Amino acid sequence: MNALEVRNLTKAYPQFKVDQISLDVKRGYITGLIGPNGVGKSTLIKMMLGMVRPDSGTVRILGCEMPAQEVEVKQRIGVVSDDCFYYEHLSIRDMQQMIAPFYRKWSHHTFNRYLEQFELSPNMKIETLSKGMKVKFSLAVALSHEAELLIMDEPTSGLDPVFRRELLDLLANILQDEHNSIIFSTHITTDLDRIADYIAFINRGKLVFSEAKDSLLERYAIVKGDLQLLDSDIRKLFVGMRETAVGFEGLVEDRQQAAQLFGEHVILDKATLEDIMYYTAKGGRIHA
Amino acid sequence: MRWRNLKVIISNASSDPIYIQIMNQIRQSILNGELHAGDSLPSIRQLAKDLQVSVITTKRAYEELEKEKLIDSVVGKGCFVSGANKEFIREQRMKRLEEKMIEIIQESQEIGMTQQEVVDYLTLLYEEEQQS
Repeated sequence: MNALEVRNLTKAYPQFKVDQISLDVKRGYITGLIGPNGVGKSTLIKMMLGMVRPDSGTVRILGCEMPAQEVEVKQRIGVVSDDCFYYEHLSIRDMQQMIAPFYRKWSHHTFNRYLEQFELSPNMKIETLSKGMKVKFSLAVALSHEAELLIMDEPTSGLDPVFRRELLDLLANILQDEHNSIIFSTHITTDLDRIADYIAFINRGKLVFSEAKDSLLERYAIVKGDLQLLDSDIRKLFVGMRETAVGFEGLVEDRQQAAQLFGEHVILDKATLEDIMYYTAKGGRIHA
Repeated sequence: MRWRNLKVIISNASSDPIYIQIMNQIRQSILNGELHAGDSLPSIRQLAKDLQVSVITTKRAYEELEKEKLIDSVVGKGCFVSGANKEFIREQRMKRLEEKMIEIIQESQEIGMTQQEVVDYLTLLYEEEQQS
């Protein structure tokens, strides 16, 4: 069962293109959309939400066609973005009174509880909020109408490390109900990757992979060794590589193969998502 | 909510994948008798939240333990330490006991006790333990 299904989404701009992206967000899990800046993550999310019209492709959210059933869908999703869509000159209280009637299941009680938890006062004007406070406000709105799917675009970009950790707990709480799902985008992989179940990696407008994080981290590995080990055939095994005067460090996609090939001659380390992102982006540039 | 006797500590420095670390520690708690048949375990989602790891990770750990017949998951009720594998658990505990006994024998030999002295001493302690 998928909370969100994207099929062959394409959008061409003069400078870049989101190219034929297909992606599933499984119900009951957290999916992280990762990739460097400016590769199309936000464009993809805007297309999911009907804020950017795709050239081609389809989006289904919670079983409903987008954009045909957009009104129904938006009752059931929560959106958190680092862009602030709210009226800057209003206070949090006034803004809430404006938003609440749009939702069938709006809970003032829940909203106020989150304001308290996030240390936001209802009297604060939106324009005076810091970037992190705007994210918190937008999170409070997203969590106050029993959303089944939370879509977050770079939610942690304005947040301090303390609240980022608290956010992990908050998201895990939402997922205690196995009908709820979360998708978030980020370029800081060390953030939410602890609790992400699935990772979708976007680079240069294309989907590189979308799979369970645990299997990714088991499959990829970092190889470190002496430059003398490298020849043109060996180099082909690497997704990306960094060579210096004192040795090389590179990412391989098949840990077992690398272990058999290099044996004791190299150091084989666990790859992090950041390693995977870095070397794939770098490698892609070299071969392109 | 707290679960009696369940301790799981994840190390980021360990070379073992996280699901293996979870599995090993729960298995250990069952085998050394800290957890008993019928004890309830936190749900997959609760454990993921407590450890700040993904749901898939805790799910896999539980699935592997289920395959070993050490835990049962009952739909709608949660996960429990299984009673199905009593013999295996008893065997494992007997093995640990045996190791401890061998240790006792070796130490008693080192300080020059005879077999009969060890047996007498053990009998004495056993009786005291029962009375208390």
